[in-house]
Amino acid sequence: MGKKSGKKGAGKGESPLIAAVTAADGARLEIRRTPKLYIGGAFPRSESGRTDVLQLARGGSANIARASRKDLREAVKAARSAAPGWAARNASLRGQILYRVAELMEGRAAQFRDDLIAHGYGKSEATEEVAVSIDRLVWFAGWPDKIPAVLGGTSPVASSHFVFTIPEPTGVVAIVAPESSPLLGLVTRLAGVLAGGNVAILLASEGAPLPAVTLAETLAVSDVPGGVVNILTGRRSELMPHLARHADIDGVDLWGCPDDLLADAERGAAEHVARIARRPHGEKDRASAFEGERGERIDGMTAFLEMKTVWHPIGS
Amino acid sequence: MSSEQPPKRPERAVKRAASGALTAAAAPAAPHVASALAASSPWAYSPAPESKELALIRPRYGLFIDGQERAPVSGEVVVTYNPATEEPLAEVAKGGAEDADRAITAADRAHRKVWSKMEPRERAKYLYRISRIMQERSREFAVTETLDSGKPIRESRDVDVPLAAAHFWYYAGWADKLQYAVPGRRPESHGVVGQVIPWNFPLLMLAWKIAPALAAGNTVVLKPASTTPLTALLFAEVCQQADLPPGVVNIVTGPGEMGMAIATDPRVAKVAFTGSTSVGIKIAQGIAGQGKALTLELGGKAANIVFEDAALDQAVEGVINGIFFNQGEVCCAGSRLLVQESIAEEFIARLKERMTTLRVGDPMDKNTDVGAINSRAQMETIGELVASGVAEGAKLWQPECVLPTRGWFYKPTLFTNVAQSHRIAREEIFGPVLSTITFRTVDEAIEKANNTAYGLSAGIWTEKGSRILQVAAQLKAGVVWANTFNRFDPTAPFGGYKESGYGREGGLQGLSAYLRSS
Repeated sequence: MGKKSGKKGAGKGESPLIAAVTAADGARLEIRRTPKLYIGGAFPRSESGRTDVLQLARGGSANIARASRKDLREAVKAARSAAPGWAARNASLRGQILYRVAELMEGRAAQFRDDLIAHGYGKSEATEEVAVSIDRLVWFAGWPDKIPAVLGGTSPVASSHFVFTIPEPTGVVAIVAPESSPLLGLVTRLAGVLAGGNVAILLASEGAPLPAVTLAETLAVSDVPGGVVNILTGRRSELMPHLARHADIDGVDLWGCPDDLLADAERGAAEHVARIARRPHGEKDRASAFEGERGERIDGMTAFLEMKTVWHPIGS
Repeated sequence: MSSEQPPKRPERAVKRAASGALTAAAAPAAPHVASALAASSPWAYSPAPESKELALIRPRYGLFIDGQERAPVSGEVVVTYNPATEEPLAEVAKGGAEDADRAITAADRAHRKVWSKMEPRERAKYLYRISRIMQERSREFAVTETLDSGKPIRESRDVDVPLAAAHFWYYAGWADKLQYAVPGRRPESHGVVGQVIPWNFPLLMLAWKIAPALAAGNTVVLKPASTTPLTALLFAEVCQQADLPPGVVNIVTGPGEMGMAIATDPRVAKVAFTGSTSVGIKIAQGIAGQGKALTLELGGKAANIVFEDAALDQAVEGVINGIFFNQGEVCCAGSRLLVQESIAEEFIARLKERMTTLRVGDPMDKNTDVGAINSRAQMETIGELVASGVAEGAKLWQPECVLPTRGWFYKPTLFTNVAQSHRIAREEIFGPVLSTITFRTVDEAIEKANNTAYGLSAGIWTEKGSRILQVAAQLKAGVVWANTFNRFDPTAPFGGYKESGYGREGGLQGLSAYLRSS
């Protein structure tokens, strides 16, 4: 949200985009949403009972659940039990399930847009970002049944053996979502992990978590099984050390990891030889990283694929 | 590594070998198994030694930096020994951080000014040239490798050296086709690559590391293992002979800290390590936050699964090859035998019979199957883990065989009655020691095979094709050998799941590790 917040200079509480409506005006009082965590297909509050009050860019505030270390552990448990089923779905079906999420996002485009506006985006920017995010998901929906052809293959070995290599999912991947691209970046990193057959624990953008909350609500009614995606909101400084060191997390996508926490996160991940994806060296965590063709990044998909090479003799 | 201290009196090693035999005496050999290797046997072979003189080993080696041999800043040397005789072979430079710095400076300059600017087809031709020279000098390489590492000459001659040359040949052809390696993306080299390799396949690991790195346009600083530097230093001569531009390949010998100095230098953009999981973790932690690319090829505890419908004699050969190839000092060794309960008794009997015919001894003898253990330290590691197996209640069996009176040799060892919780079922022994576990169902076999922190390789023995594919899909291992074991080829990727590391070597996947794409 960094680059966008406050850019349009809308005065707090006077936004022409979201007018505060009260019953005193004689209008209907809106039902506000409670932003919650998303773990194992359910929407719990943090077991710690904590929330952080997030002031929204155009007035008002939201009480964001502040996930604890225990919430993270619950998310890992849910992800681990969902992992075999998700990996076993055939590739075409995984693609169709991702496509179905895009369908549902299209239906909720207005809410995603309002989330972005609440985080400081202008209306047209927000509309564009939602459209690109949905298209990005569709782009990834086409990947699962292409991965083996692009990344695997056969080896013409010199001995009399038939040798083939197939990419397989690593397992449970924790994603530190990009901080500055709260929807497009989030969708890009998550879709790559899911397309590869991995399950995810996603740590939402700390400054702009609402699109992640809406995505959780979208996923809950999609065909993505509960536990395949688990979404936590909260403070990175608090959760990062545990997320990196959790021995049942097989890989970490550190794209959104703040620079000052990166070295410690990598040291933690190394303790159990967890796979790592991260921003290219020197690249900033900024929204432009995911825009256009350049944003169609597959490193978040490939980093969590294991190549399995199988040999068998040829002969009668 | 142990050889940095001169070996103590040879008698010590003899005693240690003998103690292995004593433990064996506690578990007598199956009575029907007679040794086919006894001198009185009509099947005994005459000695067939390869000539030592084929290795033109110099008394002293420096560091290979910027195309030249240089003395280390410290002026110190370490001695490398022949593990089969405990005799010194040569003095080798003991490099340090300053030497690493000089090598990285040379590699960095060579990358910026020469190698990354060279026409890719010319890079390819250098690699083809290196491959050819290795083929031409293959016998010298094989003898040097066997003298320095203790592996049987049959293996260095037929496996290590030809495969090493084949790796350069294979990756040579990639050098001018990189745009086909990452379709739709622009491939670029990382720059300077730091590589640290182990002592079990000294030349082959060098080839696995250097060939794809150079093909992708990187330059290299490589540190061989302390106990097996000689073929790497011979390879330095090949680079000179090939007129490879100075600084493109730098080979520096030294202790483990030197490897860390190379890995953590900010000018090194990519690190590749093969070795133990504990050292791999240290390297990953040492470079944390530096933004470097990293591939790790670490330990293993492979299950070799024999189903009741397997072709038993072939499976016996495969299990033997799986654990006794290179004395079991192989990260992908089939060190856990999972055998189906219904055939366990017969299979173990056949396995023991086959083990009595293994020829353990002089690695330079062309008939030797199992050579010398690489170092005194490794002998101690094996001995300690075998003792733990006995202490924890597993049943030990060793064939009767006469070990040479000098050198570091260990009897082929078979454990039965092994529990999954035993150290010999969990820890990498890196020696000729096989731990047997039984199973009843396919699901149980898969569960037990995957019950390890490692995930490098696995073996499946069954005549049923659909079962092979089913089991292979469920094993958490990077390489699965079905009805075969310990096969390697430059076109085939190799690498691990879980704590066996990440990244692949060999094939297109092995090339990608040395490319950045934008």
